[in-house]
Amino acid sequence: MWALTLYRSTIGKKIIMAVTGLVLVVFVIGHMAGNLQEFLGPARMNAYAAFLKSTGELLWIARIGLIAATVLHVLMAWQLTQIKRAARPVDYTKREPQVSTLASRTMRWGGVFLLVFIVFHILHFTTGTVFPIASQPGDQFSHTDVYGNVVSAFRTPWVTAFYVVAMLFLLLHLFHGAWSSVRTLGLSKPSDHPLHRRISTVIAVVVWLGFSAIPVAVLLGVIR
Amino acid sequence: MNLTLQVWRQPGPTAEGGLKEYKATDVSPDMSFLEMLDVVNERLIEKGEMPIAFDHDCREGICGSCGMMINGVAHGPSRGTATCQLHMRSFRDGDTIVIEPWRARAFPVIKDLVVNRGALDRIIAAGGYITAPTGSAQDANSIPVPKQDADASMDAAACIGCGACVAACPNGSASLFTGAKISHLGLLPQGQPERYRRALSMVAQMDIEGFGGCTLFGECQAACPKEISIDVISRMNRDFLRAAVTKPAERSGGGGDG
Amino acid sequence: MTLQLDARIPAGPLAGKWDRHRFEMKLVNPANKRKYTVIVVGSGLAGGAAAASLSELGYNVRCYCYQDSPRRAHSIAAQGGINAAKNYQNDGDSIQRLFYDTIKGGDFRSREANVYRLAQISVNIIDQCVSQGVPFAREYGGLLANRSFGGAQVSRTFYARGQTGQQLLLGAYQALEKEIAKGGVTMFPRAEMLDLIVVNGRARGIVVRDELTGKIEPHLADAVVLATGGYGNVFYLSTNAKGCNATAIWRAYKRGAAFANPCYTQIHPTCIPVAGEHQSKLTLMSESLRNDGRVWVPKRKEDVGKSPTDVPEQDRDYYLERKYPSFGNLSPRDIASRAAKEACDDGRGVGPGGRGVYLDFADAIKRLGEDKIRERYGNLFEMYERITAENPYKVPMRIYPAVHYTMGGLWVDYNLMSTIPGLHVAGEANFSDHGANRLGASALMQGLADGYFVIPLTIGDYLASTKLEQVGADNAEVRAAVAEVERRTSRLLGIKGKRTVAQFHRELGRIMWEYCGMARDAAGLRKAMELIPQLREEFWRDVMIPGSGAELNQTLEHAGRVADFLELGELMCRDALHREESCGGHFRTEHQTPDGEALRDDEHFAYVAAWEYGGEGREPVLNKEPLVYENIKLSQRSYK
Repeated sequence: MWALTLYRSTIGKKIIMAVTGLVLVVFVIGHMAGNLQEFLGPARMNAYAAFLKSTGELLWIARIGLIAATVLHVLMAWQLTQIKRAARPVDYTKREPQVSTLASRTMRWGGVFLLVFIVFHILHFTTGTVFPIASQPGDQFSHTDVYGNVVSAFRTPWVTAFYVVAMLFLLLHLFHGAWSSVRTLGLSKPSDHPLHRRISTVIAVVVWLGFSAIPVAVLLGVIR
Repeated sequence: MNLTLQVWRQPGPTAEGGLKEYKATDVSPDMSFLEMLDVVNERLIEKGEMPIAFDHDCREGICGSCGMMINGVAHGPSRGTATCQLHMRSFRDGDTIVIEPWRARAFPVIKDLVVNRGALDRIIAAGGYITAPTGSAQDANSIPVPKQDADASMDAAACIGCGACVAACPNGSASLFTGAKISHLGLLPQGQPERYRRALSMVAQMDIEGFGGCTLFGECQAACPKEISIDVISRMNRDFLRAAVTKPAERSGGGGDG
Repeated sequence: MTLQLDARIPAGPLAGKWDRHRFEMKLVNPANKRKYTVIVVGSGLAGGAAAASLSELGYNVRCYCYQDSPRRAHSIAAQGGINAAKNYQNDGDSIQRLFYDTIKGGDFRSREANVYRLAQISVNIIDQCVSQGVPFAREYGGLLANRSFGGAQVSRTFYARGQTGQQLLLGAYQALEKEIAKGGVTMFPRAEMLDLIVVNGRARGIVVRDELTGKIEPHLADAVVLATGGYGNVFYLSTNAKGCNATAIWRAYKRGAAFANPCYTQIHPTCIPVAGEHQSKLTLMSESLRNDGRVWVPKRKEDVGKSPTDVPEQDRDYYLERKYPSFGNLSPRDIASRAAKEACDDGRGVGPGGRGVYLDFADAIKRLGEDKIRERYGNLFEMYERITAENPYKVPMRIYPAVHYTMGGLWVDYNLMSTIPGLHVAGEANFSDHGANRLGASALMQGLADGYFVIPLTIGDYLASTKLEQVGADNAEVRAAVAEVERRTSRLLGIKGKRTVAQFHRELGRIMWEYCGMARDAAGLRKAMELIPQLREEFWRDVMIPGSGAELNQTLEHAGRVADFLELGELMCRDALHREESCGGHFRTEHQTPDGEALRDDEHFAYVAAWEYGGEGREPVLNKEPLVYENIKLSQRSYK
């Protein structure tokens, strides 16, 4: 069975990471595009949210797909990290990175942070579980007024700061991940400068700007 | 110039090792790094001490025997240069140089800076060849090979098997080494019949040997004395993926497609 | 004479000899092949190819190399290319022409039948290598490209950038690994052969020291192939790898194999000059550079200190083009080397110590553009710059001759078998094909011809026509050989003197280069034959080898090799002294034409000098194999 062949090999594991990673990249871009409707006012944003909810089973299929992708992504990362640890039991006393980027070197811990963030984010804006501690005193979480939830949460400076920092981690993760997934799958053309990553730079920066714009705009009072 | 060396000394495979300090005095900038070590070793021998063991042979950057971590960089500070071709003009008077062996589970230390790289041979034995028994060949010009394919194949075939890619990789991965052989052979029409089984078996052997996975840090490419590009890793993954998922039929002819 | 030097050359016309011989040789039944064990020492082009091919045929092969992997054998360092009489360029090449060029290039001191076979097989080698995936250079049409090389006026050299040896070796190595995986070959890396085991007059095995554990053990077989390369490191400084050594062939010599033409050494004209006392080896710059580079020195001694770009055209002496107008910068190696030495002896050498000449690419860059030159020689130029810190695109390279190859080696017959039955010798380790001088791009050809196409067949003939008795590790001769190696090793370790092995090696190298180098004379050779025994005696009294024999001990390995060089060097001088003529790489200053060219003496010296070990403390015995030329006429070699 081919899935087993993949699962058993380090390259296969990396391929699974790449595929799930790309699924998540597509999701993140869509999510960001959807969120930007916050700038178009409460009616538009809430209508969009209502539309998503109206899709019913489709929404759950998407959610389960995303959760599965995330779980596989994390599982493979964890396993590959174990393999990496085993591959060099005695480390160097001195090692100087030559060309590896900060992004590539922070994939593992940055990934863990993003996982924590995602959990927090779902509890914050999807279920509303942690909403009260992160919003303005007196504001209530509402399943229908998504616009209001956002405005309420991001008027709290530390929440905005936390999200903006998290998005920096996402930027780094995407900067390396979006590029390396494509290379891992062997979809890239041979290049004279294989370490250059134009498209993933654009994706990473756009996603960061897009996601960060909303909390910052709320904090600055542009969105109210 | 005068230098301070901190060299990993380890008397045997199971013995405890550690960094030991040596003075290298009157070093000429025209010396190669290994010639500098020769001088240090001769002084040690004169004192009746064991010289620093290190692998070396051709000393012209092609046999792949030499290799050490020099100040945390595989093969030292010069790009595209094996340790034997690194010259002391790359250092400054008074420098301290830390010298360690390649470190990977698949490269156990034998003594001092000497490691066992047999794992790389076994990866080749797993499929890094074209089965063409002696005498079975047809005329060399009977299959034209486009120049760009031959050139790209040669780029990958330039690998000297020194193991610097593994040593420099934060994951201890042998992907550049394996990918280079898969690309060298896979880019030629002669390599097509075994192309996909080669990818499967070489990748499997790489895992058996205990190398880490590739996360595309790019450190291997920077460490490679032949400057082999990480493009070869993409090619290996592509061949592997296609082999694992679609089990393509083995075929002849073709060329550097895909 | 005690030895019967029967070259066993097949009868009949030259072109049909190999065919006829292949028919006449006895065959081993395919089912019986796996009952035979063959030992192959060395894993370079000859050894690797032989081991892989023998295993493909079904023999049990055991292959040994001193390096950590068979892929590191020094064949890997060959840069320029490999000759083959393919005539793809339609420039008049043929088997006959390659044969003639090789005989002439060797200054008429090689065997016709062997060389003709080599030229015939050259064609198959290229086919074989291409089918293995050797990425030879190609034209845009997809067909193979060729370049010219020294000593030939046709373009017959196939190449893979400046790394032809590497690519050919990797082809053989990959075939070898394939056979290792199949179980046909057992590979012993980091293993050094320290003696040959001869039982009842036949080679039946070798004594091997495991370099990691120090264990000394006998390895037994039905036949032994030595493919252990040349002995250029007797000069200390050479283009050989540091580990290259003569121990295997020297031990075989001492067990009764004749050593042929030890004095024939090739000094390669284009190497990077010595930079200082610390120099540990010399780096070759491929001969192919002479396709586009022009060799010159200043006409006047006053100009040697000047920057080369400040010496105007009319003050430059393009001496190769001047002396050899028809071959010019592509004159054979021995001639180009000697011409460089003459220019430097004349005080017109450039660079440190006045030991260098220019190899100038300015004209070629002007004509073809820097990109074209980069495409052809980029990696060589980079290597030059790494070593010298000078940019050869801007200033001419400085080059000087260096020891590169040894044409001499163990004497072998047409089947590549030495004077010890069952002991075959392939590649640079034998003497067979290059006479007194080897042409560029011919070493790769010979190594692969021997390994892929000759040894696998002739071994079969030997095994099929020989009845071998069982030999076990308890055999008296086996035990004696092991004990001898153990005794020698502990003797070396027991000296605990004051001087390092490298010091002795350098000293020997100085003597050899001074008296047995590019130009030799009787007085110098006699002097060397006095100095070398003294040095040898000192070595055995005062060498310092730290550590024990039961571990990885690189000093001990080096010491064993130097001990053998200290004996071989003397034999080289003896051979050079006895050969009262000049031919190819052997230039006796007493024997030269009025204009300084090598002067052969065909009447007295058209023979192979095969030296036979005379016993401890006794002089070696000279045996002669006359060279009979039936197909070509001996002539004064001229490249003018």
